[in-house]
Amino acid sequence: MATPPDLQLVNLTKRYGTTTAVDAINHHFRAGVYACLLGPSGCGKSSTLRMIAGHESVSDGSVVLGGTDVSHLPPAKRGTAMMFQNYALFPHLSVTDNVAFSLKMKGVDTATRRKRAAEMLELVDMSAQAERLPAQLSGGQQQRVALARALITQPQVLLLDEPLSALDPFLRIRMRSELKKLQRELGITFIHVTHGQDEALALADEIVVMNNAVIEQSGAARDVFNAPRTDFVARFMGGHNVIALPHGGQVAVRSDRISLTDPSAGRLEGRIMTIEYQGTAVTLNVRATGDQDIAALIPEEQYFANPLTEGTAVGLTWEDVAMHSLHA
Amino acid sequence: MRLNRHVAGWLMATPLSLVLALFLLLPIGMIVIVSFWGATEFSIYPAFQFDNYEFLFGSPVTYSVFINTFKYAVVTWFFTLTIGFTVAYFLAFHVRSLTWQIALFLVCTIPFWTSNIIRMISWIPFLGRNGLANSTLISWGVIDEPVEWLLFSDFSVILTFVHLYTLFMVVPIFNTMMRIDKSLIEAAYDNGATGFQTLTNIIIPLTKPGIMIGSIFVVTLVMGDFITVRFMSGSQSANVGRLISNDIALLQYPSAAATAVVLLATVLIVIAVLLRFVDIRKEL
Repeated sequence: MATPPDLQLVNLTKRYGTTTAVDAINHHFRAGVYACLLGPSGCGKSSTLRMIAGHESVSDGSVVLGGTDVSHLPPAKRGTAMMFQNYALFPHLSVTDNVAFSLKMKGVDTATRRKRAAEMLELVDMSAQAERLPAQLSGGQQQRVALARALITQPQVLLLDEPLSALDPFLRIRMRSELKKLQRELGITFIHVTHGQDEALALADEIVVMNNAVIEQSGAARDVFNAPRTDFVARFMGGHNVIALPHGGQVAVRSDRISLTDPSAGRLEGRIMTIEYQGTAVTLNVRATGDQDIAALIPEEQYFANPLTEGTAVGLTWEDVAMHSLHA
Repeated sequence: MRLNRHVAGWLMATPLSLVLALFLLLPIGMIVIVSFWGATEFSIYPAFQFDNYEFLFGSPVTYSVFINTFKYAVVTWFFTLTIGFTVAYFLAFHVRSLTWQIALFLVCTIPFWTSNIIRMISWIPFLGRNGLANSTLISWGVIDEPVEWLLFSDFSVILTFVHLYTLFMVVPIFNTMMRIDKSLIEAAYDNGATGFQTLTNIIIPLTKPGIMIGSIFVVTLVMGDFITVRFMSGSQSANVGRLISNDIALLQYPSAAATAVVLLATVLIVIAVLLRFVDIRKEL
């Protein structure tokens, strides 16, 4: 197999009338990467994905795949395949016919396309349900069929539009590990749109956080989580406190890096508002100087060695390395 | 007071059952009974004889009239389906905003603000020997003298049928199309289907129930019609409905009843055949 190509977005822009959904974003997806486009709803991540797929026209800029500008090619000619949010399986066709659909459109003969479809169903472990109709499948099974249907076109980039949002939480966790495994096996680029940071952290080699039509930050999952560049990223990734320091400046500090001391010894003074037992840890919500709400995650044993009550005055402190200054 | 669930169920079903029994089953039963009665020139008398059916099935007129009725039904079905599908397709897939869809759909229904008869008759001055169509064609130099077959012909009958009944195709087809998930169309496109392939592989199969409901409407209406055929053919063509209306005009009620029973059976058979092709229950 030839080395899969890189995907580049160059000043990619989408405008609907006067509103700009995607504002001149630039990004380089290395070949074979599992990338997550992460952001709240309306941030432009879906529009970006649909432009890469070719289901949305590009207002400005271009989508470059393997050195070729594919911005104006039809979806099937780009080397991309899309897996839709609700899977969009054809309800009147059997699982096999759904998977073989693109081959039928190309005019491949019945025997060959049934054989190829069977191979794909084997890959996603759905051979037993090959003759069923989509309505007779569970959500997870439908997703596998949708995957098989997308992969049979041998795409270089697979685009997944919130693929796990239709599943219940238990199945979601199982399917995401299957997605990751499949991506490793196939070695092709996956671009996965999601609004769940846990999903992105679990899956992605690279996370691209979007907000208000632009990319806020991108990078390896650990880098984005541990060193958020803006307060938006810090808040959206979760597990962080965005703290305004008394002498100016804004920093992000992970909740589990904050420890409690005497009121006078801490970097900030505060009063415990609520205490929540979380199993492995205890969350203390502290109202600190300047009416800031700060969460401190204290390991369970450490907390219960010296339990506190709501209303107690405490000092909050953290190490310098745990502190990341934020850009506006 | 607590009613037995069983009794409550029967009580709730009673009003509708009574209405149906009184206004549907009873009249049909009467027609079936009368179809076995005898008739003289001036009276009808109760009997149980098969004379009416014997006469009906023994007459070559019956067969030619039934064939003519089928011809009207099939040709009208074809044109209403073609036009109705196209209109519904345009409304459902090409008109993007819901407001426009509703507005254009209402425009389609405007002809229904006038009665059938008026819409029918309004074709006469248009199609007549010296009507608008002929005079326009002459003034354009397309023809030298008036075309005779425009009015009082099978052409005018079918034209009127198509005009009257296309909406009965548009509505159910549009309704079914609106339920097709738009992402299916995108998925087909993503899988390399051309517009035409999407139409034949996705849209038409998924629209079948709507097509079937519209077809039942149109076929039933055309097969039971008599006034359109009478007006628009200038009494030169006949269908089963006219056969019945002529019998009634001659006070031959038993004969009319027998023809009606045969027509009813025919229409039911046609619908049964149509229903074998498509399961419309999920649309209802």
